Amino acid sequence: MPPVLELRGITKSFPGVLANDAIDLSLEKGKILALLGENGAGKTTLMNILYGLYKPDKGQILINGQEVVIHGPSDAIARGIGMVHQHFMLIPVMTATENVMLGVESIRNGIFLDKAKVAKRIQEISKQYDLEVDPQAYIGDLPVGSQQRVEIIKVLYRQADILILDEPTAVLTPQEVEGLFKVLRSLVASGKSIIFITHKLKEVLAIADQIIVLRSGRVVGSVDTKSASQEKLAAMMVGRAVNLVVKKKPASPKDVVLSVKDLFVRDERQNLTVNGASFDVRAGEVLGIAGVQGNGQTELVYALTGLSPLVSGEICIMDKPVHHTSPRNILERGVAHIPEDRQKHGLILTFPVQDNLVLCTYYQPPFAKGLALQQKIILETAEKLVEQYDVRTPNIFVPVSTLSGGNQQKVIVAREFSRPIHLLIASQPTRGLDVGSIEYIHSRIVEKRDEGTAVLLVSPELDEIIALSDRIAVMYKGQIVGILPAARINKAYLGLLMAGVKPSEALETTPATIQEAEVERVF
Amino acid sequence: MNANATPTNPERTKSSGKQGQGSKLLQTLLVPALAVLTGFIIGAIVIALSNDAVIVAYRNFFHAPGAALAATWKAISIAYGSLFYGSFGSLPEIYRGFQSYSATGNSKALLQAIYPFTESLATVTPYILAGLAVAVGFKCGLFNIGAEGQFGIGALTSAFVGYSIHGLPWYIHLPLAMLAGAAGGALWGAIPGLLKGLTGAHEVVTTIMMNYISYSLSNWLLNGPMKAPGFRPLTPVVENAAMLPRFFPAPLRFNWGFIVALAVAALVYWFLFKTTIGFEIRAVGANPDGARYAGMNIVKNFVIAMTLSGALAGLAGASQVLGIDHWVGQGFSAGYGFDSIAIALLGQSHPLGVVLAAFLWGTLRSGATSMQFTAGVPIEIISIIQGLVIVFVAAPAVIRWIYRIRAIRTETTVLTRGWGK
Repeated sequence: MPPVLELRGITKSFPGVLANDAIDLSLEKGKILALLGENGAGKTTLMNILYGLYKPDKGQILINGQEVVIHGPSDAIARGIGMVHQHFMLIPVMTATENVMLGVESIRNGIFLDKAKVAKRIQEISKQYDLEVDPQAYIGDLPVGSQQRVEIIKVLYRQADILILDEPTAVLTPQEVEGLFKVLRSLVASGKSIIFITHKLKEVLAIADQIIVLRSGRVVGSVDTKSASQEKLAAMMVGRAVNLVVKKKPASPKDVVLSVKDLFVRDERQNLTVNGASFDVRAGEVLGIAGVQGNGQTELVYALTGLSPLVSGEICIMDKPVHHTSPRNILERGVAHIPEDRQKHGLILTFPVQDNLVLCTYYQPPFAKGLALQQKIILETAEKLVEQYDVRTPNIFVPVSTLSGGNQQKVIVAREFSRPIHLLIASQPTRGLDVGSIEYIHSRIVEKRDEGTAVLLVSPELDEIIALSDRIAVMYKGQIVGILPAARINKAYLGLLMAGVKPSEALETTPATIQEAEVERVF
Repeated sequence: MNANATPTNPERTKSSGKQGQGSKLLQTLLVPALAVLTGFIIGAIVIALSNDAVIVAYRNFFHAPGAALAATWKAISIAYGSLFYGSFGSLPEIYRGFQSYSATGNSKALLQAIYPFTESLATVTPYILAGLAVAVGFKCGLFNIGAEGQFGIGALTSAFVGYSIHGLPWYIHLPLAMLAGAAGGALWGAIPGLLKGLTGAHEVVTTIMMNYISYSLSNWLLNGPMKAPGFRPLTPVVENAAMLPRFFPAPLRFNWGFIVALAVAALVYWFLFKTTIGFEIRAVGANPDGARYAGMNIVKNFVIAMTLSGALAGLAGASQVLGIDHWVGQGFSAGYGFDSIAIALLGQSHPLGVVLAAFLWGTLRSGATSMQFTAGVPIEIISIIQGLVIVFVAAPAVIRWIYRIRAIRTETTVLTRGWGK
């Protein structure tokens, strides 16, 4: 029997970049194929070709042994290919049923929508594949994990046999990831085939049958999961051996640098997203704030850095209150901020690299004398920082937008770390970065800690929190629901706290698992 | 997929930096230059189509194709030839004029010969300043549609200082009148800036409203407090000491305003690119969120940029009053404010680009009259060409498609932001 899907020699180039270079791939019926690669390796391009969004320059696509040409998403759907995007394509004010039928509406008596029929079909699908969803629920009210199940049902409702999942675990709690894997297993058991796109090694090993590793648009390895290991896969992705564990000495915390008391903050839509958070961060330690995205972490960081006003509460840096002061005032007290969204906050993308390197200090000597910018000193400093922080850029005059994500992040790190700082607020410092850059930025953060900087690390990546933190605080619905020394914690327990289980109950359900922390890191 | 996973050239050398900047400059100039060329080509087609002789010749195209083509060529070359003559004059005439001046000491022929070009430069002057005004707004992400009103207010305030004060020496009176113009425009620009910064009111709406206020205000002033004795709604003529000195005797109106405009352009360049305030203005314009993160005060920068923008537009009005007209009449500012938007767009909001674009605009305007007079081509053709140029500059994809230029990967320049924040 031919494979359900086969790609032969798929090549696609964009001006100046060969995104896919003669890629061969085959997916057997009832199997899960993991497509592994760093950002920019060509995974998404390949899947967009398969989904008909791009036309390949060369190569063939075969479905069940027959060559096909896919002209667009509707064509792909008609051929049984379904895609679950990383960012859900759902309409929050509509119910699950309405979202599922969107675009393929069932009609009753000529003009009326037949929601009952669709709801019934959804229930059948849910039962068959263990995809628990309430068809009448509004998407906006559902947790992220359920929303993802609606996306999967949407694809199944359109009778897809080949499912493509693009980074499906990025927004899930560890428990939700387990749930998703269960669903995927039941899908393949009933004859569906799945392509799973990710850059997380552990997940690949847990779920895939076959693993294809992409690097710079080329297939660099196709391995059976049984014969794969994290180290081996990481090395294939990056092209060299990678240090998977962050090496760090035990922390030696000193005085309190940041102290937060009963903080309340509203988000842009005026919802109270930080609900009375309190915690301290000491010099020489990393406090990690774990939590599923959207539990107030973003607004917490905005309040700490002066970007959002507080409703009430107190923020003190080195015993001096800083709430109701300006972002500049906070910067000048020695606070460095690696922002969550580096392109929105961290950089002026159209500005050259050198200007971005002095974005927070351009007005101070030696970079300015009175009104006049000291171009020569800025240039020299930029050259030095680019060298010192290994920023890969053709020169310091190109717009920072032309750099890769990892190098853009290095520009931010170089800028923030080269100022005299007492407190580092790092919000998702490695979001979307490749393994090599993650390794680099983690080691720099630990270095800062060892120099006596207080570090507040905010990340939805539990592995990152565990790898770097000395203490871990879990944030849920705007509150810090528990703070524990990192050595006393494990992932299952953290996952329960992140999902809103009370600390005492979480302890009861996982009594035996509270042991030494896992120091292993996954990407 | 991220197409720029790794930069192609990881080596860092200073020379490659300079080279990169050079080719970037070329790329920046390419689209506006081609837009101008395309505007002229389409303008030529319109000229040919609106010429009776050409239409008649094409009726007999199959009998005498040569005649039809010749008629086309003739119509276009006469139109553009007279446009060029009207803008720049002719070199042989200037040469002969110069010869007769050096031989006989009679400057009449020479002055006549250089009249078209100097007149063009005189026309260019307010365009440079008003174009800079809009460009400064764009650099801060603000769309100042109010240059029109700021221009008018600047003209009025400079005229007022120019005619109401008597007995001052020129070196005090002239700068004072210029500054008064700048201050009037600055005030008119600062108000929308403040409203934007403090309440979030969109500057497009508020500057349009400020334009209407300025029209009505100047109507009232010209018919009342500022009216010179007589029937027509005009201000008195400004004092001699407040006039921008002219380089040549009348009727040549070319004056020091042009030099002032060039100096101001250089100053604006220095301000935007070499000072901390300019750095902030550009950062706020390029990415307000990033600017706030870096500790910059958005409100302050909006107000500074709008004030400066208004001051430049006001200065443009002053240069026109003190250098060319010497008094202000009704409908004085008509068109300058809106042409200045076109100039800022064509000049890509860069001071040097603005100077070049203003030069094109002014010479076209100045030559258009001669084209209508000599070739009988309606003056509106120039507006069509100018309009087309702006369309092509605003939609560079069209130009890239026509000339098969591969798009360079750059961020889209944000000139102004949408409604809301």
